[in-house]
Amino acid sequence: MTTLAIRDVIVRYGADSDETVTALDRVSLTIEPGSFVVALGASGCGKTTLLNLMAGFLRPTSGVATFDGRPIEGPSSERGVVFQHGALMPWLNVIDNVAFGLRLKGVPRRDRHQRARGILRLVGLEGMEERRIWQLSGGMRQRVGVARALTADPDVLLMDEPLGALDALTREQMQELILDIWARTKKSVFFITHGIDEAVFMASKLLVMSPRPGRVVASIDLAFGRQFTEGAKAGEVKAQPEFIVTRERVKQLVFSSRQLAEGAL
Amino acid sequence: MSESRTLQSPWAGSLRVLSLGPRRARGRFTYVGKVSVATCVAMILLWWIAAWLEVAPAMFLPSPLAVAAKFVAVWRDGFQDATLSQHLFASLGRVVAALAGAIVFGVILGFAMNLSETARGIVEPLLEFYRPIPPLAYLPLVIIWFGIGEFAKILVIFLGILPSVLIATNDGLKSISRDMVNAARSLGASRLQVVLLVLLPYALPSILTGTRIGLGTGWATLVAAELVAATQGLGFMIKGAADFLVTDVVILGILVIAAAAIVMELGLRLVQRTLAPWQGHQ
Repeated sequence: MTTLAIRDVIVRYGADSDETVTALDRVSLTIEPGSFVVALGASGCGKTTLLNLMAGFLRPTSGVATFDGRPIEGPSSERGVVFQHGALMPWLNVIDNVAFGLRLKGVPRRDRHQRARGILRLVGLEGMEERRIWQLSGGMRQRVGVARALTADPDVLLMDEPLGALDALTREQMQELILDIWARTKKSVFFITHGIDEAVFMASKLLVMSPRPGRVVASIDLAFGRQFTEGAKAGEVKAQPEFIVTRERVKQLVFSSRQLAEGAL
Repeated sequence: MSESRTLQSPWAGSLRVLSLGPRRARGRFTYVGKVSVATCVAMILLWWIAAWLEVAPAMFLPSPLAVAAKFVAVWRDGFQDATLSQHLFASLGRVVAALAGAIVFGVILGFAMNLSETARGIVEPLLEFYRPIPPLAYLPLVIIWFGIGEFAKILVIFLGILPSVLIATNDGLKSISRDMVNAARSLGASRLQVVLLVLLPYALPSILTGTRIGLGTGWATLVAAELVAATQGLGFMIKGAADFLVTDVVILGILVIAAAAIVMELGLRLVQRTLAPWQGHQ
């Protein structure tokens, strides 16, 4: 089990021009093994920048990002990524998209299809193996995206607003599916959203972020997701007074941090 | 009733033709197809009537029948020491060789321009320098440098096709989303794997489109390439016939070039639909 850590990270864009934007300002956080960390905040608070750092798509201007104690030098299959718009490959059908990571490792076709079929069952897409990507609904595409990341068997899943483009009903189904997968695979998850309800429901650790410059203003330990994975119904979890109180508290945090940022402008 | 007819009429039909995906019209002949056939028939009829009325002397405007008779004659007995099929295959060989070369170099250079700033710096000015120059203008130079052999002819056609393939490849690659490349990298793809398993299939529809556009230029350059020191070829045949005012052979040559180009274009469209069915579905 491995820990992903960010220490005193600053990320500035456009360092050589006059218009420097500080996307992340002295951010530190830790993703413990098996935890479900949710980053919540308005757009422009550096959530995606944070994910890009963890994935290895981006190097910090200063500070350090480590995985298992070693600095993150670039992307690796130890850290799987699920993208907001799927980023699936339209020239491959569903099963070949899911098996893509195994193909890169040179796993023979029969074996990788067998593995991919197992993962497709986990995300509820059995029978869709031969479908073309463009024949799938938005929700199904995101399931393929999750399955693709899982097939490479990463230690941590980095999810960049994977439910942002989905309709409300599909979105709730996907929340439950992702929590289910998290509980079954025992992987660590870093999950980005700007949905307050979603964040409070899913997180085992909730990071509230503020924009301009991107900062973590609060870190809250929560257990509503656990309640769901231990058998409670999603509706029951969300109807508890405790859930509602927490949600309102988090909403206050998000709005006050945004007003603070707007006042600074 | 009238509304549903508007939906069926020209726009709906031509949009369907534009989409190269598998969503083809079900009927054997689309509305656009029928109009196209009618246009061709009308053109031939018009030509026939003009020839029949002797708008111009038969020497300048032979009738469709005379051209058809000439087709049989040239097919059987030949024109200028070669039969029609020999002319056709000489030209076809040159165009196909030039096209193959242009695809190989166009794709390699298009990728190089995207992967390396140095390569872009080298290729771009050279390409933009020669691209607007008509092949007839640099033909003499090619002959001075490379002689009057087959290589020089193929080179001229190749130079005509290359920009289309190169620019299409380059533009196609530019539109790839960073996420798609990052997705592959986060699954452990090496640089080479990104190029071969992500960029190449992604660019394939663009490459094929560039090839189709280039093919048109290729046929257009053919006649220029065969102007000098050819002994066979459709361009050579047309040029020879024009010199002796054998108008029916000139028209015959034009029609054969058009037919060959259309067959290759349709073949490429088929390839595009088969190899890149996702085009237009992203």
